[in-house]
Amino acid sequence: MLDFPVGRRGVLGSGLAGAGIAALPGIAFAAVATERRLVFVIQRGAADGLNIVMPTGDPGFAAARGSLAIPGGTKLDAMFTLHPALVETAKLYAGKEALFAHAVASRYRDRSHFDGQNVLETGGTQPYQLKDGWLNRFLALLPKAQSDAIAISSTIPAALRGKVEVASYAPSTLPDAPDDLLLRVSAMYASDPQLHRLWAQAMATRSMTGDLSDAGGKNAAATGALAARLLTGPSTRIAMIETGGWDTHAQQQGRLTAQLRGLDAMLAALKTGLGSQWANTLVIVATEFGRTVAVNGTGGTDHGTGSAAMLLGGCVAGGRVVADWPGLSGANLYEGRDLKPTLSLDSFIGAALAQHYGLDPVRVRDALFPDETGAKFGETLVRS
Amino acid sequence: MIDFATSSARFGLGARPDDARGSNVRRALLDQFDRYKPAPAAFASAPTRTSVTTGLMEYLDQTQAYRRQVAGNGSPAAAMAMDANGAPTGETVQQALRASRKYAGETARVEYTALVGARANAALQTPAPFVERLVHFWANHFAISIDKLPVIAMGGLLEVEAIRPHVLGKFGDMLLAVEQHPAMLLYLDQAQSIGPDSRVGQAIAARGRRKAGLNENLAREIMELHTLGVRTGYTQADVTEFARAMTGWSVAGLTRGAAGRFLGIDGTPGNFVFAAPVHQPGERVIMGKRYAESGEAQARSVMNDLARHPATAMHIATKLARHFAGDAPPETLVDRLSKSFLATGGDLPSLYRVLIDAPELHGVGPAKFKTPWDWSISALRAVGTRQVEGQAVAGLMNQLGQPVWKPGSPAGFDDKDASWAGPDALLRRVEAGSRIATRAGGAAFDVRALAATVLPGGGSAATLTAIARAESPVEGLSLMLVSPEFMRR
Repeated sequence: MLDFPVGRRGVLGSGLAGAGIAALPGIAFAAVATERRLVFVIQRGAADGLNIVMPTGDPGFAAARGSLAIPGGTKLDAMFTLHPALVETAKLYAGKEALFAHAVASRYRDRSHFDGQNVLETGGTQPYQLKDGWLNRFLALLPKAQSDAIAISSTIPAALRGKVEVASYAPSTLPDAPDDLLLRVSAMYASDPQLHRLWAQAMATRSMTGDLSDAGGKNAAATGALAARLLTGPSTRIAMIETGGWDTHAQQQGRLTAQLRGLDAMLAALKTGLGSQWANTLVIVATEFGRTVAVNGTGGTDHGTGSAAMLLGGCVAGGRVVADWPGLSGANLYEGRDLKPTLSLDSFIGAALAQHYGLDPVRVRDALFPDETGAKFGETLVRS
Repeated sequence: MIDFATSSARFGLGARPDDARGSNVRRALLDQFDRYKPAPAAFASAPTRTSVTTGLMEYLDQTQAYRRQVAGNGSPAAAMAMDANGAPTGETVQQALRASRKYAGETARVEYTALVGARANAALQTPAPFVERLVHFWANHFAISIDKLPVIAMGGLLEVEAIRPHVLGKFGDMLLAVEQHPAMLLYLDQAQSIGPDSRVGQAIAARGRRKAGLNENLAREIMELHTLGVRTGYTQADVTEFARAMTGWSVAGLTRGAAGRFLGIDGTPGNFVFAAPVHQPGERVIMGKRYAESGEAQARSVMNDLARHPATAMHIATKLARHFAGDAPPETLVDRLSKSFLATGGDLPSLYRVLIDAPELHGVGPAKFKTPWDWSISALRAVGTRQVEGQAVAGLMNQLGQPVWKPGSPAGFDDKDASWAGPDALLRRVEAGSRIATRAGGAAFDVRALAATVLPGGGSAATLTAIARAESPVEGLSLMLVSPEFMRR
């Protein structure tokens, strides 16, 4: 709508941004030892793990969630059911290419999005303690041929900021003003008579949906296809995708369904676009924290603690849910309201990356999450 | 006493995170008079008078040559274009005219865009944002609208050459610089005005070929818009007499060669020239005062009196007060400004001091809904931007409904809330805010700290809560840029 060049420009970012996709002199690319690829999808806004990978086997779930404990979905095991909107993801799970982790959390234990995302992305224990992102530090551990990374956004997100140069690319199809922002603007203007009146008029003609659900998920699918195109090109091997719209304080059912349709379409487009390289690809999906177990007064959920994360890809040792389930009865909740985290998200990500690239897990953990002292993650998450 | 961010929004162009902040906001405003630069670095590589007018004059020249060929041939459609040596170029005159016009238009738009970028960068980088705001105020007071080809690149030039050097001077000097600027002379058709009894006027009448005569456009707008104000007592007869006095005020090089010499407009192309051969001779009587024949100086004397007239003082005082105190400015403030204007002979810094010291402007509540320009510049400043592309700013201002130097009329853009506070305008602003925030990147900021720094009063509780609850830094930044306190000043 606007001619302002953000989002209309091809390659943005800092430093040598863009070199990764544009500058490709006629070098013959020697076959590297592995052709491993990595995609990190961040869910900004605290995605509700309890409604995505639903613990339907826990009697506390239906009791606490009421109408949000929706029927249907794909039965994953005796405890968990996948949200019915995740149709393609369920197929990946059936093909053992999807693994879910539940009751996970970073080491952040408050409930601010900014601080939580900062901890999730930097890998520290406190917000703003570390200046660079764990994904950027990870690039330094990889051979040059495998560490060419790009952010699918107009600026470099915190997880990818750091010493190693990375590119960023903003597809012009990204929505101009996310619908989630429009909702928040509505709330912010509520007590301002002039702006409230003008805004109500402006909104009267607009429908409200989540970011990933824009254009019926077409934008999300386009983003997935774009990432796949970049990752099957000659140089880019690592991509980070930012998704928003997960902060479902009100009318969660419709909004989350739309969000998940978008995520599902994006993951499907990634697999399709990657073709044979899907076998070499690891996709990590994670959020800064979860949401309250109980439903609030507006059909939504508030900021919580434990959530769910996903690993997807042809080399994922999938078809299962990794969880040390804490239970949803009152006494088992974190601070009496949230899903208690029983699994370190940092350890989970560190182990998956080490296994995916055949690196020493302790070396990866120390570089990415320097203060992580938890036990080494023992399970096989990714097949080498 | 208002806080720094409130003062920056109200008087300046909005706070920046890297502002040097003193505790005394009045002192900080006064100090800007010493720091203001008429020709800042942002304009160093912008198109100049020479580059803009040379191309334009060539285009006008070519157009006239083609027109003469058409006139000589009789049939415009069949007339073939010829080059400078009289050899046919293979295209018809009409085709050549169109191509020439297209080229000139494209060139002018490139120059326009560069000047828009320079204006924005000056506003982002300035050590004197209060004075820069006043530059924008006066440029809108003495507005041209770049609606016709010859002035597309000239809106910027007028601001650079006639407004910026005089923003801390006398009103009368700025008035004169504006009215002698080619942008204004071309925009309001003064360059075509011919005194009927002038040498040229009589020669044309004798040939009987076409009608030539007075054009009152500029004279009228000077009285109505630039000085006295509408319905302040002057009559149509005064306008006509003033237009007669102004004949001869023209732009050199509009016509070259013998015809140019005949019209008295040979000289450095693009510069102001007094063309004696088209000046209406004789004494003029304007608003009861006699002005002896004195060539160029005659209209100058009239302007000198207009610049000191009580109606002008009231007109300027009202507009300035409205610009800072809202749609219905307090009469007390208007009165003090008007008195200062008359007492100092239109000394502009004295007016600005009245504003700085006005208790009416040091209250808590914001008085104005920001114009798109104000909002855009303050948003870019708030996220720490120092450099933008002209194309980006020009596009943004088009989308937000305030294309730079293109208000559509010599009255300039309206300075009232109702002109800018509309539903679609608000939605577009939110979309633009999201873009600016996305471009700035959330990871670079602690948005909560930034909001407390750049929002007037440190931000309202409701706004700070909305920002703190945002699901990402970019969203928090977007909310900050469209918060109620950021929409107003």
